[in-house]
Amino acid sequence: MRVLGQTSPLVDWDWIGRNLDQIADRTWQHLSLTAVSVGIGLVISVALAIVALRWRWSYTPITWVTGLLYTIPSLALFALLVPVVGLNATNAVIALTSYTLLIIIRNLVAGIDGVPEAVLEAADGMGYTRRARFWKMEVPLALPVIIAGLRIATVTTVGLVTVTAVLGLGGYGYFILRGLNTFFWTQILVGVVLSVVLATILDIGFLFLQKALSPWARRA
Amino acid sequence: MGGDPMIRLENVKKVFPGSSRAAVTDLSLDIGRGECVTLIGPSGCGKTTTLKMINRIIEPTSGRIEIDGRDAMAIPAHELRRSIGYVIQQIGLFPHRNIAQNIGTVPALLGWDQARIDERVAELVEIVGLDAEMMTRYPSELSGGQQQRAGVARALAADPPVLLMDEPFGAVDPIVRKRLQYEFQDLQGRVGKTVVFVTHDVDEAILLGDRMAILNIGGIVEQYDVPEKVLAEPASDFVERFLGGERGLKRLALLPIHEADLEHGPFVDISTTPAEAHRVMEQHGVDWLGLLDGERLLGWVDGDLVDSKPIRDLDPRPFLVTLDSASTLRSALDAVVTSHARVAVVVDEGIYRGMLDLESIAEGITE
Repeated sequence: MRVLGQTSPLVDWDWIGRNLDQIADRTWQHLSLTAVSVGIGLVISVALAIVALRWRWSYTPITWVTGLLYTIPSLALFALLVPVVGLNATNAVIALTSYTLLIIIRNLVAGIDGVPEAVLEAADGMGYTRRARFWKMEVPLALPVIIAGLRIATVTTVGLVTVTAVLGLGGYGYFILRGLNTFFWTQILVGVVLSVVLATILDIGFLFLQKALSPWARRA
Repeated sequence: MGGDPMIRLENVKKVFPGSSRAAVTDLSLDIGRGECVTLIGPSGCGKTTTLKMINRIIEPTSGRIEIDGRDAMAIPAHELRRSIGYVIQQIGLFPHRNIAQNIGTVPALLGWDQARIDERVAELVEIVGLDAEMMTRYPSELSGGQQQRAGVARALAADPPVLLMDEPFGAVDPIVRKRLQYEFQDLQGRVGKTVVFVTHDVDEAILLGDRMAILNIGGIVEQYDVPEKVLAEPASDFVERFLGGERGLKRLALLPIHEADLEHGPFVDISTTPAEAHRVMEQHGVDWLGLLDGERLLGWVDGDLVDSKPIRDLDPRPFLVTLDSASTLRSALDAVVTSHARVAVVVDEGIYRGMLDLESIAEGITE
């Protein structure tokens, strides 16, 4: 265990060199916690959005419940889940997933609602069946908004994953927590910088995905 | 227009849920094969509702709609619609599909193979007057007029016998609208579809309709006849009020110049003697003389100049406005009031056909 000293450099490159394996492991943990949470969040959101689109009255209670989940502080939610699922990855994923729901559902519904009425009427008039219209018109046209939702949810989750360090997980958050406990700046900076870098890479990645899937909107 | 109608509405009624009044009360209308019928009336008259019941975008509450002898209600709505072209004011091109894909929508739904779709799309791009390079563009990259042409092409893609148009030119500026109207007239002349055309523009209804139906609130047909007849003999006060002012002028715009309306007028060959020229002017009670070289129109000269030199040496002035024999009486009237001589001169490719004055135009309208 290192002790904070005046002579300790801000960035200890030796430490980084010696801990590359651990950094790789934490990168993988950070990414997989993010991917699993956003992935499960997407599946649940799609199901809830379909319910909300089919039975309009259900949209308000759905956003109310997911909105309530969104407001619970993450640390508190982890703690609340401990008696139920214990202190483990399941706990983390449940909490992280619950934060993605509001964002993704809202964008799913807004995306589908944003398809111009004239397009729907023209599609009906051309002889699309209801189902074909949904998949060939509404979904592709909603895609930019849906992906924008996934983008925000993902970037948010990357940030929240660091907090799961309290559960012994945390991805890069592990470095931040350890660094804070030991006043070891290098470790804190590695955790902070890498999580920002990861969030930025995913953010840009989703932006590219959005543009690649909607070339028509880019030229608009 | 003989034989069975292409579209037959029988006692059609539509009451929208939550509304106590019927949007369309009891409408019966026959539309002949290859006929373009314009539906017009004030807002709330049910013209758009009527149109949308034909392809079941709006389902009628009761009554019967037949298309080419088939009960429209007996066919699944999506199949019915694939055999009916549909153009709406907001156009509704699919933003995520390029123009070629948009135009090929119905053929693709009908399962045509790609080669046949491509061929048909290329043909339609030509027919509606779009550039071939537009085909790979997205709708947002086209102007309003171009989008509307693409919308018409899309409606015609599978060569449906029936075309429904809901204020198709309502959203474009007046100049483009005029051009689209003439283009549509020309197109309809070539393709001969059965067209139901909803508009709120009286002039458009008159210009494009073989027949026009004037609807009152609740889908009551006030008059259903050829525009000329509607203008000449409005069936009710409502129709008369709806047609608005300038009814006479609107009618003139529909009446072509007839050979019989034309007079020869004070027009003489350049070989004529001055004495004869004076006699002609006196006979017509004018102080000017039209000059012809054989059948060719040269222009006109002031009566005072006739004695100054031989007629063939006079320097005739051109008529400011001339018409060809395909013109309407309305443009003839315009020529009369514009021209110095108060006559409309009809010339086909330089050959003098005759002239009209105010009196002969007035006769033309009473025939």
